[in-house]
Amino acid sequence: MRDLSFMLAGVGGQGIILAGDVLAEVGLRAGRDVKKSEVHGMAQRGGGVTSQVRWGRHVYSPLAEPGRIDILIGFEVLEALRNVHYLRSGGQAVVNRYHLPPPAVAAGEAAYPDDTDVEREFAARGATLRWMCPPPGIERLAAGVQLLGLVSAIEPLRGALPAEAWLDALYRLVPPVHQELNRRAFQRGRTAAANGTPGRGAV
Amino acid sequence: MVNAGNRILLSGNEAVALGAFEAGVKVAAAYPGTPSTEILESLGAYPGVYCEWSSNEKVALDVAIGAAYAGRRALAVMKHVGLNVAADSLFYAAYTGLGGAGLAIVVADDPGMHSSQNEQDTRHYARFAQVPLVEPADSGEARDLLGRALAVSEQFDVPVLVRMSTRVSHSRGVVEVAGAATAPGKRRPALADPAPVPDPHARSARDALTALAADPGKYVMVPGNARGRHPVVRQRLADLARWAESCELNQVEFGDRAVGVVTSGIAYQYAREVLPDASFLKLGLVWPLPVGLLRRFAAGVERLLVVEELDPFLEENLRLLGLTVEGKRWFPAMGELSPAAVRRGAIQSGLLQKESEEPAAALQLPARPPVLCPGCGHRPIFYALRRLGAVVFGDIGCYTLGAMPPLSAMHTCGCMGAGLANLHGALKALDIADPDGQPGGTRGMPVAVIGDSTFYHAGLPALANLVYNQGGGLVIIADNSTTAMTGHQDHPGTGRTLAGGVAPRLDAAEAARGLGVGRVATVDPFALDEFLAVAREFVASREPAVIVARHPCALQSRSRRPPVIVVAEACNGCGICLHLGCPPLSADGGKVLLDQDLCAGCGLCATVCPRQALVPAPNQGGGSAHA
Repeated sequence: MRDLSFMLAGVGGQGIILAGDVLAEVGLRAGRDVKKSEVHGMAQRGGGVTSQVRWGRHVYSPLAEPGRIDILIGFEVLEALRNVHYLRSGGQAVVNRYHLPPPAVAAGEAAYPDDTDVEREFAARGATLRWMCPPPGIERLAAGVQLLGLVSAIEPLRGALPAEAWLDALYRLVPPVHQELNRRAFQRGRTAAANGTPGRGAV
Repeated sequence: MVNAGNRILLSGNEAVALGAFEAGVKVAAAYPGTPSTEILESLGAYPGVYCEWSSNEKVALDVAIGAAYAGRRALAVMKHVGLNVAADSLFYAAYTGLGGAGLAIVVADDPGMHSSQNEQDTRHYARFAQVPLVEPADSGEARDLLGRALAVSEQFDVPVLVRMSTRVSHSRGVVEVAGAATAPGKRRPALADPAPVPDPHARSARDALTALAADPGKYVMVPGNARGRHPVVRQRLADLARWAESCELNQVEFGDRAVGVVTSGIAYQYAREVLPDASFLKLGLVWPLPVGLLRRFAAGVERLLVVEELDPFLEENLRLLGLTVEGKRWFPAMGELSPAAVRRGAIQSGLLQKESEEPAAALQLPARPPVLCPGCGHRPIFYALRRLGAVVFGDIGCYTLGAMPPLSAMHTCGCMGAGLANLHGALKALDIADPDGQPGGTRGMPVAVIGDSTFYHAGLPALANLVYNQGGGLVIIADNSTTAMTGHQDHPGTGRTLAGGVAPRLDAAEAARGLGVGRVATVDPFALDEFLAVAREFVASREPAVIVARHPCALQSRSRRPPVIVVAEACNGCGICLHLGCPPLSADGGKVLLDQDLCAGCGLCATVCPRQALVPAPNQGGGSAHA
C-alpha cells in the first residue's frame, strides 16, 4: 500500500478523535508506520476541530502540508469546506451532509454555504466529493464510524483491507456496550459506498 | 487484547507516563493544563505510583521536590504558563539539588496558542535556572527520554526539564512495549497487566531524610548557604556541557553537506520531511549545548540553518559561538511551526524550488469559535452580568468563553487568579479618584468572575488580600464542581482524588467565609431572577461580597432533560434568546429555530423569552428550570 494522509474535520464533540484513533490503529495493523495529530482543550467546546492521520513507510511529521492530503473525512459540511485546501489534486472527500450553523450564521449575520457551492469548490480543486446521508436519531453519534465504513470501501482502500481489519481496530477502541451501534454504522457506510456514485447525491 | 508485535500507538503524553512508570517514578504531581493534562491521568492508572492533582503548579513542584528529597524518583507536570507559577520552586531546587533521587519537570509548551493565553518558550527557563533541558520529537522518544532525564538528574544532582509541545503531546506515534498492551485512555494504562516497578533506590525514605537533615548548607537556602551553592550550580552546568559533547541524545545525520540543519523536537520532524537530503544535528539535550559538537557540525557543512519553534533560542546561542547561521530570517518566530511553514522558509532561502502555488483556503467562510455548551451554568452568569452592564475581570477556564459574542460579558483575562486582585485594584482606583462618590447603579461597575478550580489554584491569596486590605465589590465563583476546560479533572472542591477515591470536599462559600468575607451567597445561576437580585445588591458592596454560582458542568450531568419546545406563532423574532449564544438556537426568517438534538433542556431561553415562544418541556416545572 502506498503512503496515505487522511484529514478529519468537524465540530468539537462529534467524535473526531475516536475516528482518527481507529484510522491510526488500522494503519498500524496493516504494518505501516503511523502518526496522528489531534486537538484538545478549548477547541473541543463546539469549535472547529481537525485531526490528521498519516500512514507510511516512515512518517516524520504528524502534520501534512496543504495540498497533500489524500482523503478528507468531513463530519460537517462547513468544516469540510474550510479544509478543502488540504486535499491534493485528485484527492477524495467523504462528507457527512450535516449542517451545524456557527454562531454568526445562527445570529443571522452570515450565510451558510450552499451544498452546490461546496461541490463546486471541491470540483475546482480536482477533488472527488461523496456525500454521506447523515444517520438519524441516536445513530448520529456514530456518524464518524459510518464515514470510516465509507472510506474503507473506496479507492485505494477498497480491497486492500478486509472489513475485519477495521472492525478489530474499532472494537479495541470503543467500549463493549457500544460495539453493536458502531458495527452497524461501519457496515452502513461500507455498503453505501459499494452502491453509491461519487458526486451524485447522498449515499 | 494483545497487539501484534507489541507496537502500540501512544500520544506523547501517554508515552511520558509510560516512561515515567518504567523508570520507577514513585510520586507525581500536576495541575491540569492543555496540552499537558493527560500525562498524570495516564500515569495514575499504573500501579505503585502516587499521583495527585495539586492545587496549583507551584504546589505540585514542591510536592515532587519533597518526594525526591525523601529519596524517591519524582515527576512534576505542567503547561508552559504553569512553570511561571512554579518558577520560584524551580530555582531553589536548582540550588539545593535533590540529594540522590531523580526529579523530572515536564513542561508542555503551546505554540500557536491552541488553548493558552500566550506563547512561551520554556527553553529560556533552562538557561535562566541553569538546569538541563531535554526535548523529545515524538512519542517513542518521549517514553525513552523520561528514564534518561531521571538518570541525568541523579548523576548531576539537578532537576531536569522535559520540554513537550502541543504537537508532540497530542500526536500519536508508534511505541514498542515488551509485554501485552491495551488501548490506553483516561485511567487506563498502555500495558495490559503492569506490575509495580521496583524502586531504583535502595536507600529508605527515612535514611534519605536523615541525610538531608544533616546537610543544612545544601538545603537551607539562607543567603550564607545559597552563596555557597551558586558556584556548585555553575560548576554543575559546566560539567553537564562537557557531558553533552558525547551525550547520545544529540545525533548527527550527515546527508548532503551543502546544508546542515540544527534542530530539536517537533521542528526536526518538519525539517526532515521538507528537506529529506540535508544534514542534521538533532539535539535531544537542548541545554546546555554541546559546543564542540556544534562547531564540528558547522565546519562539516557549507550552509548552517536552525529550524526551531518559537524563539531564536538555538540560533542566538550559535551566533554567540561566532558561527554564521540562518534561522528566523526564514522561519517564523511566532505561532506553531508546520511542514508548510518550513517549506515556505526553505523556498525563500533558496534551498528549495517552488513547485507550485500553495493552495488557498476557501474564501470568506463564517468562523466557528468555541462556545459555551448547551445547558452550561456559566451562560446565565454572563447573561446576567451583561444585563447589569458590569465590567468583568475574568480568569482562565471554560467561563472565559463568556467573553465571546453575543454574550461579550468578560472584559479581561490574563492569567490564573488575576481577576480578583484586578477587581481590588480597580475599586481602589475608583475610591482614590472619587473618595466620597457613591456608585450609581451597576453600569460600569467592576466585578470579578473566577472558576472553582481556578479559585483554589490562585484565587485564595487574592481573596485574603482583598479582605485584609478592606476592599469591596463582587466576586463571582463560577462553580461547576470540576476543572472542565481541560477535560474534567478533580480539585479540592470536588470531593474526589485523581485516582477516583473520596477526598475531603472544600466548599468555596465556606472558604470565603473562613477568609473573612462577610457577604456570601450560594445561588444556582439558572434561578436567574434571584441571581440578578443578589448580584445587584452585592455589586455596590463596600465590603467583600462573594456569590458562589453553583451548577454542575453540563457535560457531566447524568440526566438529560427533554428539549425546549418552540411555539412558532408566539415568536415575533425579537432575538433576545439569540443573545444567549446557545448553539441549538438560530434565526430563520424572523423566527427562532431550535435544534432538538443539541438542546440540553436547561430552559434558560424560555426564562428570557418575553412571549412564551420558547417553553420548557412539560415535566420541567416553571420557567426557571433549576430553581
